[in-house]
Order: sequence, then structure tokens, then C-alpha cells
Amino acid sequence: MAARVLVGVKRVIDYAVKIRVKPDNTGVVTDGVKHSMNPFCEIAVEEAVRLKEKKLVKEVVAVSCGPQQVQETIRTALAMGADRGIHVEVSGKDYDSLGPLQVSKILAALAKKEEASLIILGKQAIDDDCNQTGQMTAALLDWPQGTFASEVAVEGDKLKVIREVDGGLETIKINLPAVVTADLRLNTPRYATLPNIMKAKKKKITNVKPGDLGVDLTSRLEVLRVDEPPQRQAGVKVETVEDLVGKLKEAGRI
Amino acid sequence: WLKISRYMAPFILPLTRITRRCIRALKAVQTEHVAAQVYTRRCFSAPVPRVTSHYTIYPRDKDPRWEGVDMERFADEADVVIVGGGPAGLSAAIRLKQLANQHEKELRVCVVEKASQIGAHTLSGACLEPTALNELFPDWKERGAPLNTQVTEDKFAILTEKYRIPVPILPGLPMNNHGNYIVRLGHFVRWLGEQAEELGVELYPGYAAAEVLFHEDGSVKGIATNDVGIAKDGSPKDVFERGMELHAKVTLFGEGCHGHLAKQLYKHFNLREGCEPQTYAIGLKELWLIDEKKWRPGRVEHSVGWPLNRNTYGGSFLYHLNEGEPLVALGFVVGLDYTNPYLSPFREFQRWKHHPSIAPTLEGGSRIAYGARALNEGGFQSVPKLTFPGGTLIGCSPGFMNVPKIKGTHTAMKSGMLAAEAIFSKLTDESLQSETTGIYVPEYEQSLKNSWVWKELHAVRNIRPSFHNYFGLYGGMLYTGIFYWILRGKEPWTLKHCGMDSAQLKPAKECTPIEYPKPDGKISFDLLSSVALSGTNHEHDQPPHLTLKDDGVPVAQNLAIYDGPEQRFCPAGVYEFVPLESGEGMRLQINAQNCVHCKTCDIKDPSQNINWVVPEGSGGPAYNGM
Repeated sequence: MAARVLVGVKRVIDYAVKIRVKPDNTGVVTDGVKHSMNPFCEIAVEEAVRLKEKKLVKEVVAVSCGPQQVQETIRTALAMGADRGIHVEVSGKDYDSLGPLQVSKILAALAKKEEASLIILGKQAIDDDCNQTGQMTAALLDWPQGTFASEVAVEGDKLKVIREVDGGLETIKINLPAVVTADLRLNTPRYATLPNIMKAKKKKITNVKPGDLGVDLTSRLEVLRVDEPPQRQAGVKVETVEDLVGKLKEAGRI
Repeated sequence: WLKISRYMAPFILPLTRITRRCIRALKAVQTEHVAAQVYTRRCFSAPVPRVTSHYTIYPRDKDPRWEGVDMERFADEADVVIVGGGPAGLSAAIRLKQLANQHEKELRVCVVEKASQIGAHTLSGACLEPTALNELFPDWKERGAPLNTQVTEDKFAILTEKYRIPVPILPGLPMNNHGNYIVRLGHFVRWLGEQAEELGVELYPGYAAAEVLFHEDGSVKGIATNDVGIAKDGSPKDVFERGMELHAKVTLFGEGCHGHLAKQLYKHFNLREGCEPQTYAIGLKELWLIDEKKWRPGRVEHSVGWPLNRNTYGGSFLYHLNEGEPLVALGFVVGLDYTNPYLSPFREFQRWKHHPSIAPTLEGGSRIAYGARALNEGGFQSVPKLTFPGGTLIGCSPGFMNVPKIKGTHTAMKSGMLAAEAIFSKLTDESLQSETTGIYVPEYEQSLKNSWVWKELHAVRNIRPSFHNYFGLYGGMLYTGIFYWILRGKEPWTLKHCGMDSAQLKPAKECTPIEYPKPDGKISFDLLSSVALSGTNHEHDQPPHLTLKDDGVPVAQNLAIYDGPEQRFCPAGVYEFVPLESGEGMRLQINAQNCVHCKTCDIKDPSQNINWVVPEGSGGPAYNGM
């Protein structure tokens, strides 16, 4: 039985907000913009809390990396049922360049430190769409991974995971300790209700620095430029099939 | 007599008030008569498709789908609960905590706010007069309040279709902005929230107050937050959870203009007995990043006239902010007592931007935000009773906006502060003997009437009603010039408003449709791309929060008589009349997810059939410094 579950939660720009590129093209405007927990991370938290309610795990720890504001995201996870939180302090330029490689190093270090036997993450974040952190964390820890999970079941000291793949559904059995990443149909997350938010204020959030975990935050990637996608051009209407073929030939398409 | 009166009316309108009221009453009778006819015809045609599923219209205790569902609520106690985290609510909370800390008393103050973060539902021009802020935080500058743009120039003009006639702003006129700051009110409210948290106020954004709770003696006990997890058809989902009850000795209601709980309180405690109905306007606003060459930080521009006709109250604002980037805040206000159901405030706004004196500022710029909100214009004549056992009303909810100044933030903040002071002395008075369990604080209303808020509102009380004359805008400006600038509002009479805004619409067949130009995609835009910029969203699977008392009325009355004004006055495209699947007739489609919580529909619906209730908390617009 897995004693402790680590759940990673990421604070991202809310999905309904229109994104705007900064005038200097170095990134996206985030100041004052509405943020919320990454939807896949909500599903991950919900799964972890359900495992705890089924008494299959003893403790759920929510982790987030970022500046002071990510504490709100951790509090939401605590209100959904996590027992305690860990805030890994990353801010300024380090936060701008924080990516899956650094986060997976942090999670791997924390998993060892907290003696966690299961890590549940969202399959990807809606701001960068990387879909890398879960896989990298598993590799760094040399743990098996069950990604794109649409169902997770504990069977003794193994985990049965049904994965959503291009061809349909794949069922695998992996040993614990393991990393699982949550896909959309895994569950429907519960609401963080007000009484739970009030109770969550009493739950503990520990602050940790990446240096204390022995993690180097330098990025191997350099963002050169961020641009808006090109405006969609109007289409051209044609009258006959001959016209269509002619236009396609003109454009060098056939 | 009816026909004659309709033809003669334009020629004999400068009549005595009594005759005018007679004509209006006759028109109302005529309207009702027509409505009855249309309605009976409807009764024999296809059944009305069900639009509303909210439990405020279809109670759950009579609904078989809710049998056996646990409806118990968790309850908690605070000393003071404040509904609404806007300038009034936060000022009240801050003042309470300042007094508590000063006198070393423990006071639990909780603020519930429906927006996901403090400031996300705040929208205003805004030129802030720092009088109330100076009283609340004399050291606001050191604390980093985001008042970064001092007003450096003030311009006012009357627009015609092609020209701009500048009007000098003499000192002493209400729209003189010397000493004021152009602010992004959302950011200011966010800063107030941070100050409140530092003082120990418990802020709960993302939780809407959905219900007022009462003690057995009829006094207010507190509020209950919204339930979550109700499906679109009104049935409970797996994730259904009841809201929470917050009980308090006193509850302050600072929901802003036309709050939905305030609407209930007016009825319950008969608070509007001695005052006129509130009148409103809708304000639409955009933020633009403009070409640096056109940027004049600190400039405040207002205009009246085109594109509105002289009998439709309204005007524009354009403020150049000074916060590091060439940002302008611009917008358009239309009085909701307009009479032509074909008027679309959104399209008037988009049309105004093309005026030869405005368009050059915007050319080469890009629009980065859009939003809309109703604002109150009733002023002095429309302030209701402010206190009742267990609670008080603060801010724009009862409505303290100084209309000619176009400022209501300073008076809202002051009302919150006065409420806090009155409540604090009451709560800490050891000899207090309250007749009701919820504490009654009439001292708040007294102190407000003795404060500069009341003097200010009294001085400008006749300016807005002075527009109701044959010359409309020009009559109003003349009146302002004579009676306000020279006499400072000391005239002994108080003019009346016209009655409710919803009763002002003329039937569609008496009015000419307005030909609006198509948006060009560079300066003017279509409605849906504007709504997308507001960042508004709601949990899709919940009952629409725009509830209809009668599902048949929109087609039978609003569409039949007024050509469906809701499809035009809603700044978010919530209301659409679409053909029925059977092909015969129309139905009303409510796109509740688009709603930006402006409250215009609840105000302007001629049948007063739409009742806006609060959706699940954290839904609504995601304004950033609007």
C-alpha cells in the first residue's frame, strides 16, 4: 500500500482568458491576469484524494513550484482534500525559464525526501502543453510510469492503469513506486467549497528552496521570441471544379 | 384620443408634468391592452419551450429529483459579514479592522466576493477623487496605492456627426478633475484587498452570497453562499454540495449597482418606501494600447452628443493612463431610460469610436480589454432606507454616484467607512440592548446624512432630471450652467426622475430602427470578439442564472411589442431570438456563459420578467485592471 502520494499542481492562466503577448515579445502578459489550477492537475488532486478516501494511501501532499501566488493553488488543493502542501520557491527570471526538466528534478528530489511511493501529475499544463514532466520524473527516479491514465486501480503492491492512447485504451500493470499522469476522463474533480477553504487555512504549507533539494534551475532552453499566431487569412471562393483545380495548380499545391 | 395624443405628443411635449404623466399612463394602458391580445393568441399556438430551470423559480422542495438529497448546510459565525469585495465593502472591512486594532478588540470580519479574485469584476472609468482614500489611508502613497496618473488636462466637447465643439470646463463645474487621479479601478480594488488582508480581514473570493438568512424575529442573520454542482436542467450532480452559512451580528451588503440580494431586501423590508425608483445607465469600456505619438498621459476627455440624439442621455470618456505603457481607457455610457427599443448601447459605443476626433487616437493601436457594467444615476432622490435589523446597504448598491462628476467610488468608500464606524461603536457598546437578534444600526444612516456625501449628492440632485425636457441634452446643460455653476444646487426644488427605466421603452412600431455601420475590425468590433476579451466564463453545466419568471413572456411581449430589446441592450450577447426547430415562431435562447454580470437586463427588461441571480462563484468576467 502506498503510504504517501505526491501531487504536483501548477498555477496557470485561466483557460477562458484571452492571452496577450508582451509588447517586447519575450513572453505572455501574466500580471493581474486571472490564474487558476491547471485542469489536469485538478483531476490529479481528485484522484489522490479518492485514493485516500478508499484508505489506499495515508497522506496526500500537494506540491507547487513558483512565486508567492502559487500558495493559492496549493490552498485549493488542500481544500479539495490534500493533507499538507509544499511550496518550492522559484521567482523572477528563474520562474520565467522554469520548465519540465527542472520541475521533474525537483519532484524527484522531493519524492526521495518525503519517501513518497506514488506521484500523480496532470498529463500536461495548458500553458506550455509540454506533456513531459511526468515522464521525466519517472525516468529520473527510475520508476515505472502510467501516463494518460483514464482509470487507476491499486492491486496489492501493483498499479493497474488504463491509458488513453491513439488506438484506443491500453491496460498496463506497473510496480509501485510509480508515476501516473492524469487524463481528462480519469474523474470529475470536486468543488473546493468554502468550509473546506477555511479548514485549509489551518493545514500546513512548508516552504522549500530548490537549492536545498540540490536542484540546479538553469534552463537548457532559451526563448528567442514569442509571437501571436498569424491572423487567419480569408479564403477564396470558386465557382466550378475547374476553377478549384486551376487555383490549386497556381498555388503549387498539385 | 389615443391616436391624437400620439401624433400631437411631439408638438406639445413641453407640457406640465401632470399632462405628460397622463399621456404616459394612457400609453401604458394601450400597451397592456395590446399585450393581452398577443398573449391570448399565443395560448393557442405551440407550447413555450422551457428556458428557466433555476431553483429560485422551481423550488427544490417540490422537485422529485431532489428527494433524499441532504440539504443541510455548514454554518460559521463572524462578527461582521460583508457581501461584495469592491471599494465600499473593502473600505468598510478595512475601517472595522482599523478601529478594532486601535481599541484592541477582537473582531472577525469576513468578505465574500463572487469574482475569482478581488478586482476581477470591477469596472469603472475611472477618475478617482482621493477624498475618501485620504481619510482611510492618509499614507496611501507610501503603501503603494496604484494612483499613478494625476489628471493634467481636462477636455469636454459636444460632438456632431462630423465636428467637435469644445466646451470650456470652468472651475466649479462638477466635471472639473483638478486634483484627481486616473486609476485602473480593478487594480485599486486589488490593492485595497491586500491592505484588508494585512489588517486581518478574511477575504473569500470565488464564493457568491446567494441567499439572505433571517432570524425568527425577521432580522438578518447572515448569508448563505451558492450551492455547487447543480446540472443545467436543475437536477443535482454527483459533485453537488450545499453552500455554507455565514452568520453575523451585522451584515453589510455592498453588491454594487443593482445587487440581486439588495433587490430582495428592498421588498422584504420595504426600504424603497420614501424614495424614487433608481435610474441607471450602462457603461461599456475598452482598454487600448495606442501609438506612442498619440499618447498624452494625464489627459481626460469627455464628450456628449453624437451618436446619441439629444433626448437620450449618455456620453463618452477617454482617459490617457500613465503607467509605463501608452494605455488609454475609453468608453461610452447610455442612460437606460432611453425610449427606442432599436438602440444598442454596444453598437453606439463602436460607432462613436469612428468619430473624426476620436478615431485618429486609436489608429494603429490595439484593443486589449472589453467590459460593461450598469451604473446608477438616481442620486439623492433614489437613495432608499439604508439600514434594517441585522444589516445595512453600502456603496453603489443603494447608489451614491455623483452623476455630473461621473464619480461614485469616493462616495461608495465613504459610505462603507461610515457604516463601519457606526457598527463598531454599536458592537463594542457594552450597554447595548438590541431589540432584534440581528443588530439594527440606524446611526449609519444618520451619519451618512450628516457627511459630505449627502451634501455632494444634494448639490447635484437636479442635474440629471433636468435632462427630461424637450431640449434634452441642451436643456440639461443650460440648467447645470445656471443652477449648479452659479447657485451650487441651492435652488429650493427637487426635480423628479421619470419613473422606472424599464417602463420607458416605446413599442417598436412607434420607433425607427437605427442603421448601425458594420464593425471594421480595426477600430470597431463585433460583439462576440469583444465578449471573448472580457475573459468571461461560467461552469457550463449549471442552470442559467438569468431566470425568467414566465418563460412565455420574452416572445409574447418583449419580441412582439418591443422587437426583443434584450438582444440589443445586452453587452455580452446573452439573449438571442432564434427560430423554433419546428420553423414556426421564435424562442429566446439564453447564452448564460457569456454574461458579464452587468445587470442591464434585470434593469431594462420592459416586462421586468428577467431576474438576475448569482451563478456559481468564480464565474463571470476576468477583468484585469478595468
